[in-house]
Amino acid sequence: MAAASAGTPAPDAGSGNAARVLSGSGERGGTPIVRLSGVGKRFDSGTLALAALDLEVGRHEFVSLLGPSGCGKSTALRIIAGLSTPSTGAVEWLDPAHAESRTDIGFVFQEPTLMPWATVFDNVRLPLRLQSGRRNGERRSDAQVRDDVRAALAMVGLEGFERAYPRELSGGMKMRVSIARALVTRPRLLLMDEPFAALDEITRFKLNNDLLELWRREAWTVVFVTHSVYESVYLSSRIMVMAARPGRVVAEHRIDAPYPRDEDFRTSARYNEYCRIVSHSLAAAMDASERQ
Amino acid sequence: MSAPGSTNYGTAARDGSRPPATHVTPNSGPRLDPLARRNRALRIVLPIAIGILTIVAWDLIVRINNIPHYILPGPLLVAKSLVDNWGTLLPALMVTLQITFMALTVAVVGGVGLALLFAQSKWIEISLFPYAVVLQVTPIIAIAPLILIYVDNTHIALLICAWIVAFFPILSNTTLGLNSADHNLLNLFQLYGASRWQVLRYLRIPSALPYFLGGLRIAGGLSLIGAVVAEFTAGTAGKGSGLAYRILESGYRLNIPLMFAALLLITSTGIVIFLFFTAVSHFSLRKWHESAMKRES
Repeated sequence: MAAASAGTPAPDAGSGNAARVLSGSGERGGTPIVRLSGVGKRFDSGTLALAALDLEVGRHEFVSLLGPSGCGKSTALRIIAGLSTPSTGAVEWLDPAHAESRTDIGFVFQEPTLMPWATVFDNVRLPLRLQSGRRNGERRSDAQVRDDVRAALAMVGLEGFERAYPRELSGGMKMRVSIARALVTRPRLLLMDEPFAALDEITRFKLNNDLLELWRREAWTVVFVTHSVYESVYLSSRIMVMAARPGRVVAEHRIDAPYPRDEDFRTSARYNEYCRIVSHSLAAAMDASERQ
Repeated sequence: MSAPGSTNYGTAARDGSRPPATHVTPNSGPRLDPLARRNRALRIVLPIAIGILTIVAWDLIVRINNIPHYILPGPLLVAKSLVDNWGTLLPALMVTLQITFMALTVAVVGGVGLALLFAQSKWIEISLFPYAVVLQVTPIIAIAPLILIYVDNTHIALLICAWIVAFFPILSNTTLGLNSADHNLLNLFQLYGASRWQVLRYLRIPSALPYFLGGLRIAGGLSLIGAVVAEFTAGTAGKGSGLAYRILESGYRLNIPLMFAALLLITSTGIVIFLFFTAVSHFSLRKWHESAMKRES
């Protein structure tokens, strides 16, 4: 395993020291809410998707898992969500609210994954329906459920589309519905698996901005899987660079640019510098994978 | 709804595949340009023209060659025979239709019920599915005589024969549909702690609907065929009152025009059944499924 990056401008970044993960303390990322220690996953086929992964996510962090395909970033996300059980290691919920119920998690897939037979409203209502109208354990009346769904749709800018069917929407709008569905339960932890990968750049930039805005306003914690250096630098407060075969973290970068970030940040020298460093780190990770 | 002459009917199973996400191919849409309008008109006119031509050719061949009516009756004679014998043909049609629809109903209830059972347990599916296949691949014509021997009540024996034929497409299509729910959606249901019942009710059953309807369209035609085949077998044993029996009877009497008339009635019934289920399928799916959608321009 190679030392991954030459160093980041941020003084506290754990650059250079592969696989060593700093705990998520600092300005963003207060109390840790989930800790993965030595989490590994071997598929039935024998493939080692993820070797020992250590990761601690603090409250209100925006953590990106960045890496080439096959680096186990999606597997890590699915393990956090409880959709996949780790072969080794453990996932610890440090926040009692999370430990009690998984409903505190929202998950956004790479594809919109909407039910084509249901309207936008019914798609967004699904998580509440599956929990018998409960939100974080609290019983919601039908009127409240309606309000919750409308509020979630308003958050992603889709008011008035309640009765539309998914096929009537553009790719970007479908993704917004998918995000609204993840938000309707008011999760405190949002897990996103390359949610914007299939969208065109203009739509992606717009959704990036909207997501950051919501993240700031609603005080969520986000774990974001991506293979785009530029996207991860723009969004994240922390980036975990991962390598493949076997999947592992090889570098960690803190992006200390202040929020709110906007189009000015996207064109700033600082942004470019971060992108250069993270790209470098990713290239080293790719080299490391190839040498295996 | 597709134009009556359109050729996309028998593609139910393929239509059931998951639609591609967003992209639409430019084609005729609501605002028709002259070319598209002409195409649409041709879709109706061409098949009708071919039909008329065939009938005229048939008539001419019979007239010119002076073919005797006990070998090949002309279309007019067949029509006349249909009208003259309406009094005996209609009750016979009713008997056949009754068997067809009862068999189809039992096939739907049984097929869907068993498919739902399969969806609950892989092991039930693995244990029983081979026997459903055995039922399907055994030619009905070969086992109909046995069924008629074992079952005293002819009516019930006919019903069993028609059911055997109609049952499998419903079972296999519905099973396929129930198993083809989107995996990410299944993950999502799991994430929110959905119960088995919720997964079935909100995910598997809606996913299976297009597949089931495709199976229904096939089974509708097959139950008619099953009923007619069984009636033939029963008819040769001298028992029967359905349309197939009329065909047999007119064959014995060399009343070929009547034979053609009964045949025409069976074929028309099959077409009506097919169109009926096509319409049912279209109206159930028009809101969301690709098979029932016009392509956007």
